[in-house]
Amino acid sequence: MTRWVSDIDTASDTFRTNAAGLKTLTSELHALTDRIAEGGSMAARERHVARGKLLPRDRIAALIDQGSPFLEVGALAAHGVYDEEIPCAGIICGIGRIEGIECMIVCNDATVKGGTYYPLTVKKHLRAQEIALTNHLPCIYLVDSGGANLPNQDEVFPDRDHFGRIFFNQAQMSARNIPQIAVVMGSCTAGGAYVPAMSDETIIVRHQGTIFLGGPPLVKAATGEVVSAEDLGGGDVHARRSGVADHLAENDGEALQIARRIVRHLNRTKTVPVTMREVRDPLYDREELYGLIPSDLKQPIDAYELIRRIVDGSEFDEFKPLYGETLITGFAHLYGYPVGIIANNGVLFSQSALKGAHFVELCVGRGIPLIFLQNITGFMVGQKYENEGIARHGAKLVTAVACANVPKLTLIFGGSYGAGNYGMCGRAFDPRFVWMWPNARISVMGGAQAAGVLATVKRDAIEAKGGTWSPEDEAAFKAPYIEQFEAQSHAFYSSARLWDDGVIDPADTRRVLGLSLSAALNAPIEPTKFGIFRM
Amino acid sequence: MSKTVRKLLIANRGEIACRIIRTCQRMGIRTVAVYSDTDARALFVQQADEAYALGGVTAAETYLRGDRIIDIAKACGADAIHPGYGFLSENAEFAKMCAEAGLIFVGPSPESMRAMALKGAAKALMEAAGVPVTPGYHGDDQSLQILQQAAERIGYPVLIKAVAGGGGKGMRRVDSSDDFASALAAAQAEGQKAFGDPKVLIEKYITRPRHVEVQVFGDRHGQVVHLYDRDCSMQRRHQKVIEEAPAPDLSVATRHALHSAAVRAAQAIHYHGAGTIEFILDTQTDDFYFMEMNTRLQVEHPVTEMITGLDMVEWQIRVARGEPLPLTQDQITQTGHALEARLYAENPEVDFMPSAGRLTQLEFSAQARIDSGVQAGDEISIYFDPMIAKLIVHGKDRAAAIAALRQALIDTRVEGLTSNLSFLRRLISAPAFTAGEIDTGFIERHREDLMIPWPDIAQHKSLSDPNSPWDATDGWWLNQPPVSPPDLRRFNARKDYRPTGPVAIEAPMPGAVVAIEVFEHARVTKGQPLLVLEAMKLQHTLKAPCDGIVTELSAAIGQQVRGHVVLMTIIPFGDAEPVIRRVADV
Repeated sequence: MTRWVSDIDTASDTFRTNAAGLKTLTSELHALTDRIAEGGSMAARERHVARGKLLPRDRIAALIDQGSPFLEVGALAAHGVYDEEIPCAGIICGIGRIEGIECMIVCNDATVKGGTYYPLTVKKHLRAQEIALTNHLPCIYLVDSGGANLPNQDEVFPDRDHFGRIFFNQAQMSARNIPQIAVVMGSCTAGGAYVPAMSDETIIVRHQGTIFLGGPPLVKAATGEVVSAEDLGGGDVHARRSGVADHLAENDGEALQIARRIVRHLNRTKTVPVTMREVRDPLYDREELYGLIPSDLKQPIDAYELIRRIVDGSEFDEFKPLYGETLITGFAHLYGYPVGIIANNGVLFSQSALKGAHFVELCVGRGIPLIFLQNITGFMVGQKYENEGIARHGAKLVTAVACANVPKLTLIFGGSYGAGNYGMCGRAFDPRFVWMWPNARISVMGGAQAAGVLATVKRDAIEAKGGTWSPEDEAAFKAPYIEQFEAQSHAFYSSARLWDDGVIDPADTRRVLGLSLSAALNAPIEPTKFGIFRM
Repeated sequence: MSKTVRKLLIANRGEIACRIIRTCQRMGIRTVAVYSDTDARALFVQQADEAYALGGVTAAETYLRGDRIIDIAKACGADAIHPGYGFLSENAEFAKMCAEAGLIFVGPSPESMRAMALKGAAKALMEAAGVPVTPGYHGDDQSLQILQQAAERIGYPVLIKAVAGGGGKGMRRVDSSDDFASALAAAQAEGQKAFGDPKVLIEKYITRPRHVEVQVFGDRHGQVVHLYDRDCSMQRRHQKVIEEAPAPDLSVATRHALHSAAVRAAQAIHYHGAGTIEFILDTQTDDFYFMEMNTRLQVEHPVTEMITGLDMVEWQIRVARGEPLPLTQDQITQTGHALEARLYAENPEVDFMPSAGRLTQLEFSAQARIDSGVQAGDEISIYFDPMIAKLIVHGKDRAAAIAALRQALIDTRVEGLTSNLSFLRRLISAPAFTAGEIDTGFIERHREDLMIPWPDIAQHKSLSDPNSPWDATDGWWLNQPPVSPPDLRRFNARKDYRPTGPVAIEAPMPGAVVAIEVFEHARVTKGQPLLVLEAMKLQHTLKAPCDGIVTELSAAIGQQVRGHVVLMTIIPFGDAEPVIRRVADV
């Protein structure tokens, strides 16, 4: 096989300008994640440590295998959403390896509003559980939370995907032999008390962890009984008397070691259901990825250059290279795992959609995981295309993607607009993970287009009444919409609302996709039955 | 006048025997192994072309039996003997016996060996040759009074060393005059035991010294060259665990001075063969002093081989045949950086106590050079040095070599006995080591950090998922700088027990009782020596765990005891409750 040679001139001005632009966005991302990683206020953190407790990120570092990766999800959750900053939505979630087993770690951050659950805290906890469920990852809950955030109770408690769903998920996962393990390292009150109670095995830290349905103030109010938190639901009570906890630890460090020991005895073997190869690094430096993205989203991005910088040995065997060329499909390996790659290289036409659907069927038939590399403005519009039935062809792609039960991963490296998002396995299509680059944009359509549509409707209404609309008035009318779309389509805006699993440094793309894929392969690949393809 | 070597007997065992066989095979020389009873199925015995039993188990019965070895060499028609390191390698009498028997001894002349064997005399010789030596006492008067006076004059801390010693045996550091007498007695006893000579010398103890050494080679034609330097400062119990070449962070001037001092030292004794001049280098002043010369191949010679690309065993044999050195000084170059880690059967958490047992599993990285004399299924016995293997790597610079060694250690699997593998992994990853903050006190100073009971990384590789990106060990977190685990000790509850009942003093391992420092019903204070046990070639002093009274003293001098046998019992004074407190509360 001939060695692929990149067309990119890394010494060119364009490349350098591009790289500088994306690096700036990436450093904004790092500045933000650095701040978020600190957790609550300095005072709150000092109080936490003074109690002999480890900070939440240290708990995770002590829990996972030394030096092994931690794939955090939803780090930007709640960023800029509430009146005050709730870093990480007060809960750190991610996949880490414990005793060689990839586990989902859900860790309350008591330094952020006492670890109470805001609406996005709940959403993030549920998303973490969803990842655990679909990928068969044991769950470790490091509990240190005051429970529901009372001022926000209407958005936290009653609905299907609210607090109760956490316990529903625990029961469901336990039933499917996805172990549920809780380490109670702080308070665990009211509804929260069910996290350890619903777990398969529970550890509690003496003089630090408490579990009770009603805390001392509530007990006093309800029955007049005066009791200390420790006597009501401390470690000794639960480990020796109530049986709510199974292991008593002297401190955080010991509790985490017990958790590791529990995982050691889970008797799980990861059986990877694909044929693997030796791993080879791509031929080009990952830092070159920064130079591929023009600062102007309207400029095309060469997806081949992206693919070749992610996959093993930069080797990519393309399927139907001469047909429907705006959608690239083909086979490659990522960390030795086989993958089918579907990448946008322009707007979707009927042919591209048909090719995509065909390729999804190939991968499903062969049990090959799919990676969607999204940069899509949408399906082509216009009379010719509507008349040839582009909606019907697009629907074939959407059906194939929706039904495919092989692991699906989605990376948005450019725009994600309209129905293109569906055909390219957007969030609604249950990819195992959705990652975004910091330059990525997501919305139903572009801001200018949306403003244009609204302006046309408005102009028609004005002119129907015989009025006139000056270009200045039209521009003034459009400006707020353009601004709104601009703000709401930003990658950080999306990630803050958990429309994706995180914004990543483009240079980390191969690694993030590799870790995601490897984690996804913990679950067996279920058979697929496709729906009706409209012919 | 060069002689031929067609068949070479290796008067040694284990990895060094295997190492010598490897070169001999390449040079077309037949090899002869000799072995003790417990080594009958050892790797080196299998690899040698011929093998003969020495009959016996201990070193004294086998590999130290020069007469038997020479008889075997003559009987089997060997024309040369390679002594390896340890055992007879620095025994001038043996070298002389070889020569008298018409055998080539692969090593220096008996005269050179004698010149360096007695440390006091060696120093005087070196001083005369213009090689800097440490302030010290090397006199013949060995009375306590004279020795103690010398110590006072030099100024504490001082080091007492057996004159005929090596490898840390018969060596004691003394911090104050109160401790001098007991330390002297111990050093003399060890010297007598190990080398048949109780004579000691006293030296200035340098507080933060580095152990830097220079590899030299001489031929029988008067040529002496150096093969650059090594740093062996990473030591526990005065024995090396990590060695590197070249020695990091030396000025050009210091390096040059070291090399020329070493060459002068070798020239002064008309040295031929492989030798190492060991220096102690004061990290505060960059001054260096001659410590000793090892007139043999060193355990750590591979790091020099890695940076020079030379085979030192081949050079030894060629010099022994009477050939001139294969290269002149100008032709010897060094490239990159090499590191060696010694994998031992020992327990770092119990003062690096040697362990023994069967290696049920032993696997190494294919990316590193592995010098080993054992394989899975072999027994590491209590009779010899508990080294399992040497892992040797080369990189373009020190950082690259460290990364390579780290990976090699991660890829290593040892099962069946306690080893220092995890300890080595932590040591090589310690930021202070990477930063080059090295001196011989490093391990002791960083002991706590190096002992954090972290799980082994390599154990967690999944066999069904061999290339997983989750196997990475670089501490990568999404969108975060690399993360290292927190220091859990800060948070661990510390249990300071004052024992309430009698405390049994057990033998930590099988061994022989060589001294009993107390008598029945004696009052002892915490830390006071109770009894000395000799095992695995080292003396272990058992100390009182608390203040109390000795009872049930059952041990007797000379007694062979099994592991965990109770030797005596201490009844503690007072009967307070165990004190438990959190470190964070202190």
